[in-house]
Amino acid sequence: MSDVLLEIENLHVTFASPHGPIRAVDGLSLRAERGATLGVVGESGSGKSVTFLAAMRLLDPATATVSGRIRLDGVDLLTLPSREMQTVRGPRIGMIFQDPLAALHPLLRVGDQISETLRAHGDISRRDASDRAVAALRRVGIPSPDERARQYPHELSGGMRQRVMIAMALVLEPELLIADEPTTALDTTVEAQILALIDDLRTRIGLGVVLISHSLATVSQVADTVAVMYAGRAIERGPCSDVFGQPQHPYTWGLLDSLPAVDGGHESLTPIPGAPPSLADLPPGCRFGPRCGYRMPACGERVPDLVERHAGHADACILPMDGREGLRRAPIAHPANSEPAP
Amino acid sequence: MGGECICVMGRYILRRLLWTLVVILIVTLVTFVIFYVLPSGDPAVRFAGKEPTQQVVAQVRRDLGLNHNVAVQYLLYLKRLVVGDKYGWPGLGFSYTTGGAIAPQLWQRAQITLQLVLGAAVIWMLIGIPVGVYAALKPRSAFDRSSLLVGLVFISTPVFWLGMLLLWLFWATLGWLPGTGYVTFTTDPVAWAGHMLMPWLTLSLAFAAIYARIIRGKMLDTLGEDYIRTARAKGLPERRVVTHHALRASLVPIVTLLAVDIATLIGGTVVVEDVFNLQGLGSWVLYGAQNQDLPITLAVTLVATIAVSLLSLMADVIYAYLDPRVRPR
Repeated sequence: MSDVLLEIENLHVTFASPHGPIRAVDGLSLRAERGATLGVVGESGSGKSVTFLAAMRLLDPATATVSGRIRLDGVDLLTLPSREMQTVRGPRIGMIFQDPLAALHPLLRVGDQISETLRAHGDISRRDASDRAVAALRRVGIPSPDERARQYPHELSGGMRQRVMIAMALVLEPELLIADEPTTALDTTVEAQILALIDDLRTRIGLGVVLISHSLATVSQVADTVAVMYAGRAIERGPCSDVFGQPQHPYTWGLLDSLPAVDGGHESLTPIPGAPPSLADLPPGCRFGPRCGYRMPACGERVPDLVERHAGHADACILPMDGREGLRRAPIAHPANSEPAP
Repeated sequence: MGGECICVMGRYILRRLLWTLVVILIVTLVTFVIFYVLPSGDPAVRFAGKEPTQQVVAQVRRDLGLNHNVAVQYLLYLKRLVVGDKYGWPGLGFSYTTGGAIAPQLWQRAQITLQLVLGAAVIWMLIGIPVGVYAALKPRSAFDRSSLLVGLVFISTPVFWLGMLLLWLFWATLGWLPGTGYVTFTTDPVAWAGHMLMPWLTLSLAFAAIYARIIRGKMLDTLGEDYIRTARAKGLPERRVVTHHALRASLVPIVTLLAVDIATLIGGTVVVEDVFNLQGLGSWVLYGAQNQDLPITLAVTLVATIAVSLLSLMADVIYAYLDPRVRPR
């Protein structure tokens, strides 16, 4: 049943900084399946983007130290020679980014940017490449694609630009698409269109998708499985319906409680107190401990492992399993160290 | 769409050319006021040079129409510029110290200065781009630091001293290159290059150092852009990422800088021309200033200002060609 495409095992990413090493990713394990969407949720700085930039080997080796394993179809990308890595980026993994205006070259026509990808990875004539670029634009739903291909990024709308990025990432028909906050810079209506497009391409061509987002709402719309990240670690992971239906980790509870409900009043919004820890100075034990309303003395002793409790649904919390639901409904007072909201 | 684009561009260039004409008109007015009106005393005596004879003063007064009122004088001055006078086009009279006509000398000297400046610009770009790019690819490396150090030496070396040092080394000591002077390209291309090489180097080394630092900075900025990450993410070879994506974007703002520097040098290569005995505009304006030969000073001033306006127009057009975001719509 499960056909693992990308498998991340015990990934550590550390950045050198004047304030000491910054542990952006700290022992992360994840897997993305062929033809399915993995949603990765977390606040800024939780390590979600860094994880997949590490998978693409796009982090600057001068500042970032990466260890662990990232396997694509069983092949460890982290040990691949850089020349072979070039044939992974593009032909096997496509990636799109948050701000498509910044991510497209401002001085090159969008069609040329797509055909350049084709020409870098195969012996293909200029004319064939530009024909395929137009076809790629058509496939992502861009009207009059041959005209659009001759335009520059600044002449297109935000949604069109992100479609161009998707066309470019998928023109070589990779098995995996990594979408790093693809809709954050877009309007809500356009966001829905882009998500629908990605989902449609996933089912049509059997693409594996990693959807990185800080937004639970975005991820819940399209993800099959979800991983919730906090301070460089996954703290909950499982099928989308389970993670959002029966969340197990107090951090996930907090994320869900801080979402506005359409029918709810203002009082239903409960922000998580405090701020994520500094990655250069992590608290002992559970990273969420200092902000957790259910904190026990044992929480500060060691970093809890991600433990599978139900089929495919794992969390990293040492609260006893029975009675977690009850706990969530009757939250304990917030910890003393939380600062009052400004 | 393409045709429409060219048409828009053509209209833009036309509009800018008209503006450049207006600027040049203002320049003529300013030079007229500075050279004819502002100084005290009889302009005819001033233009006639040191210790003129009554005859020359009378000829100058007649030539320049100084017996008319100021407005008419300006119009006559403009008319001479536009249609020329008996000494050639543009009508700038003759030098009162040598007696030679200004216009033909102006063209000849402008050619030498242009060769000097453009050749130097090519050299400083050929040095500045690779050094800047390589330093940006390996910031804080030994290469980066030593290029900064060598650059600082070039920037702080006085040009006349560098010129004489080169002459001493390559001409007097090693005998590899011919000394001062100028040979036209059509007479002997090899001798031409031999004579120009040291002036080119003297003029370009400081600029090469400055441009290397500027290009390094631009490259470092560009390499941090999202679209560079995109280029890498689609599996382009690093060489292509650097040249086709990063360098291309980094060089666009350099165009404006280059145009301004070239324009400034056209009227101001005084020291290099003097050291290497090149009969260009720079050495001419020096001569004009030293001998109070006003027609020469006026001619070079006009050429230099017109060069600045035309080159900035060229820079804007090239900029628009390179960066679609600033194209006129």
